[in-house]
Amino acid sequence: MKAQIRLRNALLTLVTYLIAAAFLFPLVWMFMAAFKTEAQAFATPPVFIFTPTLENFEKAMGTYFPALRNSLAAAVGSTILAFILGLPAAFALAVYPTRRAQGVLTWMLSTKFMPAVGVIVPLFLIYRNLDLLDTLPGLILMYTTMNLPLVVWMMHSYMTEIPYAIYEAAKVDGATVAQEFFGIALPLSTPGMAATALLCLIFAWNEVFFALNLTSANAAPLSVFIGEFKTSQGLFWAQLSAAATLVVLPVLIFGWVAQRQLVRGLSFGAVK
Amino acid sequence: MTAAATPHASVAPAPKRGFRLTPAALIWPALLYLILTTQVPFFMTVYYSFFRYNLAIPGARPFIGLDNYKNLLTDPQNLTILWNTVVLAGGTLILTLIIGAALALLLNRDFPGRALLRTLLISSFLVMPVVTAVVWKNMLLNPAFGFFSWVLTSLGLPPVDFLAQHPMASVIAMITWEWTPFAMLILLTGLQSLPDDQLEAARLDGASPWQEFRYVVLPHWTQAIQVVVLMETIALLQVYGEIYGSTSGGPGLATTNLPYFIYQKAFAEYNIGLASAAGVITVVLTNVLAAYMLRLLTRTSRSE
Repeated sequence: MKAQIRLRNALLTLVTYLIAAAFLFPLVWMFMAAFKTEAQAFATPPVFIFTPTLENFEKAMGTYFPALRNSLAAAVGSTILAFILGLPAAFALAVYPTRRAQGVLTWMLSTKFMPAVGVIVPLFLIYRNLDLLDTLPGLILMYTTMNLPLVVWMMHSYMTEIPYAIYEAAKVDGATVAQEFFGIALPLSTPGMAATALLCLIFAWNEVFFALNLTSANAAPLSVFIGEFKTSQGLFWAQLSAAATLVVLPVLIFGWVAQRQLVRGLSFGAVK
Repeated sequence: MTAAATPHASVAPAPKRGFRLTPAALIWPALLYLILTTQVPFFMTVYYSFFRYNLAIPGARPFIGLDNYKNLLTDPQNLTILWNTVVLAGGTLILTLIIGAALALLLNRDFPGRALLRTLLISSFLVMPVVTAVVWKNMLLNPAFGFFSWVLTSLGLPPVDFLAQHPMASVIAMITWEWTPFAMLILLTGLQSLPDDQLEAARLDGASPWQEFRYVVLPHWTQAIQVVVLMETIALLQVYGEIYGSTSGGPGLATTNLPYFIYQKAFAEYNIGLASAAGVITVVLTNVLAAYMLRLLTRTSRSE
């Protein structure tokens, strides 16, 4: 009986490892191709053992850096702006809840559910009139819209966890709203802020729809840069893989580090 | 969703003279920003949808009432697109739920390397959708040099041009690969919050593994499952980057969904009126589904 259970457990573990291997294969295959020569990347039967080369990374660099700069600026810029707008709102909704607070929160969540295609046409026309097309500020403004509801929801969820007695003690000492915000709410929710920021960065980094339709040459981020490989250089698999590896790696590391907070953020705090 | 507990609602902030930051002043910037960037454009989209408006034909913008909608909903081609949108979202949702649940159950046991495996398994969700599309299209699904074709031929089977012969199935497989970690993560977290004593009690009462799953695990899992269904439905109705990067909606219209269709109408054909009408339909469809699921969600969390 005991041996049977042990065997069953070992089998289940084996199955788990096999499924995981299958799931990771496309990524591993891409990473491997990044270090192959073009001929090796195309070879049939596929090459599993080879001498790695860094040549592809050197070739990809030239076009990679401008797009990297744009992606970084758009992701960091929109995260900062979303925090500036979202943190006070989250604080107010958490610490001074009115009857309407839940309504405001739900409404903000609903804007996150708004499909981008429902707003892209007028936004494109507005951007064209304001000369915001193909500019970084234009892209940052849209990514802020995308991340702002997330910031409000996540930070609201973290700030409601701060014991209210702390605020009461501060009030007795005559603290102003600003002092409560900067002195209590922000310092005590730093871990939550870090997790939220990571999520915002990941979402902005991976976004493609706004990037593709609101930028072309000057402000095109990495998602557009990789998308262009499908037409112009679709046959250079090794180089494509090197570029894709450079694009994916930062987000993978961020996500692995923040995996616990990922669940909370992705479910808007519904699952903790 | 978490209903904010408000035990301290009665505590009024002490009145002070001069300028004070009020809660409303803290909320309005965020609110205003979202209204300006989501509500205003959406109402403009609704407005444009009543006109024959093509950027390639400047000057003329006649009001045509509901003709764009009529056109969209009666043209059999467009019904294909609507159907594609539903099949893509529904098919992916079902597959990610099944595989995600299986993975969550497998990972909810003690075994060596479990934490590492869990971390690695979320990777495909973090990969940029366009990268996923480009890598799958070129390196895995390619009929001549792709990895899957090599597997098939070494098994003695004929190679398959996946994206040409089974476009929708291929796209669903790709997006399932991407979204399974999401389902797995949420469902695993749901499992881990199940108190051990409940399972022990069931075991003491002599419950079989199936009864244990059916009467203890599943009811506890409902909320996590609903979160997955709600979030994925909303996200999957908006799938765009994966299609843009792999099939470009083809062959023909086989993998064109509403977002990709709108992109083509607006930015390739400059047909603003028709694209706007399709945008309105997408928003309505998403919101109806989201509202319905949100209600389901709050109903069950209340009954718990």
